[in-house]
Amino acid sequence: MRDRLSRRGFLGLTAGAALLAGCGTGTATTSSGSPGGGSGGRLRAVFAGGGATEVLDPHLANLFNEAARAKALYDKLADLGPDVSPQPRLAEKWEPNADFTVWRITLRQAHFHDGRPVRARDVLASYARIADPGRTFRAKSSLALIDLPGSRAVGDRTVEFRLKRPFAEFPNVLAAFGTYIVPEGTTDFSEPVGSGPFSFVSWKPGSSVLLKRNPDHWDGAPYIEELEFLIANEESARINALLGGQVEYAHDLSPASARQYEGRVTVVRAPNSAMQAFAMKTDRAPFDDRDLREALFLLTDRQQLVDAVMPGAGQIGNDLFGKGYLHYAEDIPQRTFDLDRAKALIRKAGAEGLTVELTTSTAAAGFVEAATVFAGQLRAAGLKAVIASGSKDTYWADILTKGSIASFRSGAMPIETHIAQRLLSASTTNATRWARPEFDALYETAVSARDAADREAAYLKMQQMLHAEGGLLVWGFADWIVATSPKVSGVQAAPANTLDWARFDKVRLG
Amino acid sequence: MNLTRYAARRLAVGAVQVAAVTGLVFLMTEALPGDAAVVLAGDQPDPARIAQIRAELGLDRPLAERFTAWAAGMARGDFGASLVSGRPVAEIVLDALAPTAVLAGLTLLLLIPLSVLLGVAAALREGGRLDRALTAAGAALYAVPEFALAIVLVAVFGVALAWLPPTGLGGLTAATLVLPVTVLLVRPVCSTGRLIRSTMIDVLAAPYVRHARRLGLGRFAHALPNALAPAVQHLARTADWLLGGVIVVEAVFVIPGLGSALADAVGQRDLPVLQGLALLFAATTVLVNLLADVAAFRLAPRA
Repeated sequence: MRDRLSRRGFLGLTAGAALLAGCGTGTATTSSGSPGGGSGGRLRAVFAGGGATEVLDPHLANLFNEAARAKALYDKLADLGPDVSPQPRLAEKWEPNADFTVWRITLRQAHFHDGRPVRARDVLASYARIADPGRTFRAKSSLALIDLPGSRAVGDRTVEFRLKRPFAEFPNVLAAFGTYIVPEGTTDFSEPVGSGPFSFVSWKPGSSVLLKRNPDHWDGAPYIEELEFLIANEESARINALLGGQVEYAHDLSPASARQYEGRVTVVRAPNSAMQAFAMKTDRAPFDDRDLREALFLLTDRQQLVDAVMPGAGQIGNDLFGKGYLHYAEDIPQRTFDLDRAKALIRKAGAEGLTVELTTSTAAAGFVEAATVFAGQLRAAGLKAVIASGSKDTYWADILTKGSIASFRSGAMPIETHIAQRLLSASTTNATRWARPEFDALYETAVSARDAADREAAYLKMQQMLHAEGGLLVWGFADWIVATSPKVSGVQAAPANTLDWARFDKVRLG
Repeated sequence: MNLTRYAARRLAVGAVQVAAVTGLVFLMTEALPGDAAVVLAGDQPDPARIAQIRAELGLDRPLAERFTAWAAGMARGDFGASLVSGRPVAEIVLDALAPTAVLAGLTLLLLIPLSVLLGVAAALREGGRLDRALTAAGAALYAVPEFALAIVLVAVFGVALAWLPPTGLGGLTAATLVLPVTVLLVRPVCSTGRLIRSTMIDVLAAPYVRHARRLGLGRFAHALPNALAPAVQHLARTADWLLGGVIVVEAVFVIPGLGSALADAVGQRDLPVLQGLALLFAATTVLVNLLADVAAFRLAPRA
């Protein structure tokens, strides 16, 4: 049998490598409440999933249900807090050297489900597995800057990571999506053994995973006795199952369902979760013209888009990723609708009557609706808008190279990660083809300057550039919506991929 | 005609048909935009990564070579492994077969007595009130597509009244089967019942039945086998249709059967799984039709 390779599809709405944007240094410790006995009971949670071809290997986690299960069974060294900044998890603290090239990580006292302690060697082995050049694990690129042969275990509970270049945001890497710590030498994940708040009981591929409370979890034992993950790809089936009492937690609901059933079920909305945008390619006609890009920023009626696509479950955006996250440029004024200036800029760019082909697909909820509304706004400004609907299965690969403007969205990740993956000359998933040497240099400053003020200034400068003439027209941020039965409490309104999202160890039943 | 020779010839033709179907499915999947590597890369479509995934999966080899490798595996009874999860295809298909077999089996099991009952009841009082009511209701229900009926039944009985579980989540039980089997039954009962009614009316009017009746023999026992012969072939077509209807019903009711597996495999371009399913669907169709023809031959041996 072929080794399991794979990574599967879209994280629903989010594009998700979640890392986090840290302040660099930091020796924080988490609060670890340790509830005594659990309130008991089985919580059944339904997610969309990959069907019979799903996997339990946490390093292959790609879909939300896989990420949620991985988080229940395993721990990472760090994870993302409410503002998408790195919070220590298995790492008790991290200390860089002066130039951010060597990081000393102290592990907390934790145990795997089979009783073995979590050691520095397990951390190095897990990272080596993810970074294996022969494999294609999702987090491989996140770990690429670690010089693994040069890194070492100092005793059982200290890891010394040597980096290939200075990187002040290294804790983001420790929290990167899929960087779970597994026991050294693990190759078979059919009965997973981790250090997480729940341990494995049974698995029926494509339908259910049953876990039970880990009474010895370092961050306090869960309140619930058992946790069952179920799969339903249709949103209507998830809300129906909740209404019919077949589950207690339904993940990823539409704004329409949330409004319709609020009251019968408890709706939890996490703001600033999914960025909604149109990606303009800055390296080709017509959007290589900065005036035309600015015209599009100005002709966008953001509130109309929010009201049409996510009524009551979103906010307008300011053409910048990461609203409310660490390093976000709050002080750049909100761009407002200005049709006259937009028309003047279109004239200046010589683009009156230009045909714009807007690429979209059903790859994410609301894409086609948003594209339809936006096409109307383009027409109102004197452009001809044509909607080109593509294959949902291959959408993200298609828009990377093809077309000139496309529907785009992203889940939560640190702003640093967003820039590194999508906006540098060497970024491999740069859908706007934004490539500026001076921008690349600012990024270098942001992640390696010794003075925190210099780093913060570089973040601001980059965002000013993107706001003025970038290729990403960020019109809104959708809430992340989950719903629970009224007897469930303790569900946090946290963006998907952050620590408090799908955190079933802190949930109570009854 | 000799039944054994007939069956053997049909089986040979069937084998060729199955082989042709798997070949076609292979080519059609190739024609879909993107491959498993692109789908696997998802929202992280780094071209270098896609190329590496493609190489790992062997998708960079020429089409003919991949098909030959798959066919050679088949000949050894090796169905291959999923491109996405690495699980053996045979395991995935067998896991998915169980819930679908329960759904389809139960539907067929209920379909036969129900449609015979309704068809015969209507035929015995041709033009009567019962006949007209059944005909009208049948025509109306037959016009409702499965997904629409499923959504309405779930909304009413699953959510509003909460009498029955709205989905099959957590495993199939008697209660979770009620709604999906009802949805699957409605159209076939209408069509099969109508067919049985009309053939029954013809047969009841046939001279030999009238003769039997004059002799004081039960007209029913003589008429029914002849009336059933066309219905058996219709049932075979229904069994085929069930495999398709099951896709919709499985999606609405969240039942991890063949329909769900097929939809996932197409979405993920998981060719080995898709091929395994195509093989199963094609072989089932061939076998079911063969069995129906043999059964019809036995019921009314004049053919």
